[in-house]
Amino acid sequence: MGPGHPHPSQGQSGGTGVNFLQQALSYIFTAANWSGPAGLTARILEHLTYTAVAVVFSALIAIPLGMLIGHTGRGTFLVVTGVNALRALPTLGVLLLGVLLWGLGLVPPTVALMLLGIPPLLAGTYAGIANVDQDIVDAARAMGMTESRILLRVETPNAMPLILGGLRTATLQIVATATVAAYASLGGLGRYLIDGIKVRQFHIALVGALMVTALALILDAALAFAVWASVPGSGRLRGRSAAIPQPLLGDEVALESRSVVHDPAGGPPRAGAGRGG
Amino acid sequence: MRYLLTHLDDAWVLTLIHLRLALIPVLLGLLIAVPLGALVQRTRVLRRISTVTASIIFTIPSLALFVALPLIIPTRILDEANVIVALTLYTTALLVRAVPEALDAVPAHVRDAATAVGYRPLTRILKVELPLAIPVLIASLRVVAVTNISMVAVGSVIGIGGLGTWFTEGYQADKSDQIVAGIIAIFVLAIVIDTLIMALGWAITPWVRATRTRRRGRAAAPA
Repeated sequence: MGPGHPHPSQGQSGGTGVNFLQQALSYIFTAANWSGPAGLTARILEHLTYTAVAVVFSALIAIPLGMLIGHTGRGTFLVVTGVNALRALPTLGVLLLGVLLWGLGLVPPTVALMLLGIPPLLAGTYAGIANVDQDIVDAARAMGMTESRILLRVETPNAMPLILGGLRTATLQIVATATVAAYASLGGLGRYLIDGIKVRQFHIALVGALMVTALALILDAALAFAVWASVPGSGRLRGRSAAIPQPLLGDEVALESRSVVHDPAGGPPRAGAGRGG
Repeated sequence: MRYLLTHLDDAWVLTLIHLRLALIPVLLGLLIAVPLGALVQRTRVLRRISTVTASIIFTIPSLALFVALPLIIPTRILDEANVIVALTLYTTALLVRAVPEALDAVPAHVRDAATAVGYRPLTRILKVELPLAIPVLIASLRVVAVTNISMVAVGSVIGIGGLGTWFTEGYQADKSDQIVAGIIAIFVLAIVIDTLIMALGWAITPWVRATRTRRRGRAAAPA
């Protein structure tokens, strides 16, 4: 099909918005819809499983890599290019290709969603470690700490807010996008959204939309609290700095703007750019 | 790969649709967020409100918003306008936080100097502060543009046009070649747009190239 790919419902998606909302809410508030293998409870658990598995695997890859690159300063170019390239890779394409190649199961959604989770985690971890005050690191080195202890005991705790900020962005994107797993005949809350559209039961689609949104807001609030609690020292408990942290892609923007602002050539940031001395 | 080469005409048409859906919101968001961001920068309360609102909007999953928007605005379900409005909201949400932060980063002495030579607040913001905020804005725009391009692709599962239709068609027809073609096309599109925005930022900020600023800390210390 080409340009004029017709939208399935054009012309007659009758009924008003308020109606759909009422129907969707009454669906959600009907206890019978929560039980059973295709009930809301099961779908939420499936959705959370896809999310958790993907978040864990992206963290396992991105956090050690970001720590290593942030500590040594080697491979900065890899972070910036890698983050950009991975962000450009379309999740849906990877998921559907994965299903065609490897069949149904947990592998395709995990791989596809991992690609979403790695960029913010890598950017956050790298930026967190690389931005630890050099005086602190030097002090630790002067006291005789080994490099690995410096990384684990000094730099990582100081970088924790940014690392968790990356985790927050990654989780948010993954939980939102796990919806597409349903398109590949998998479960999750996307079943409501995608099936609802397919059979033109728009209130069912709306149930999916509302539930995914609620899930995202709850997870995000929990992780925002974790980011806040991870700020080292007790400064967060006093005074004005107690603002709720708002990373949400901020880490990636920070990474980008670092490369834009601090790479005077303006071109693609080179490895070790700005590392004078 | 072969699919892409034999369907270049389709690819071009779909690319144009994809770009329209992904980039019009970037322009609209910029038009809304820059004045709004400059307006709220100085007022603590307004800034707090705009930041919190923006975070909440950003937390709403895009597919959910595409489906739920017709409740709020008078559009049909699955209308292209929903995509444009939704992505404009995301763009604005990201930029409305980035703009005040970028303006904050303008050094006080620069602002004072501008005031001293006779700039009134509005002209000062337009001619001195905003230009200096461009690098941060460009960084945000790059993230937004690439994110929008992938959101439009994901939207194909609910019937939104663009290059993502190659994924859904390829999946239903069991043609992995078509899906690969879609992945390549979207990847290249995102990288090209990202590079173009970066180049634009480079072109309109000649002073950044002229003054080499060096970061304190790790950057200055020998490893």
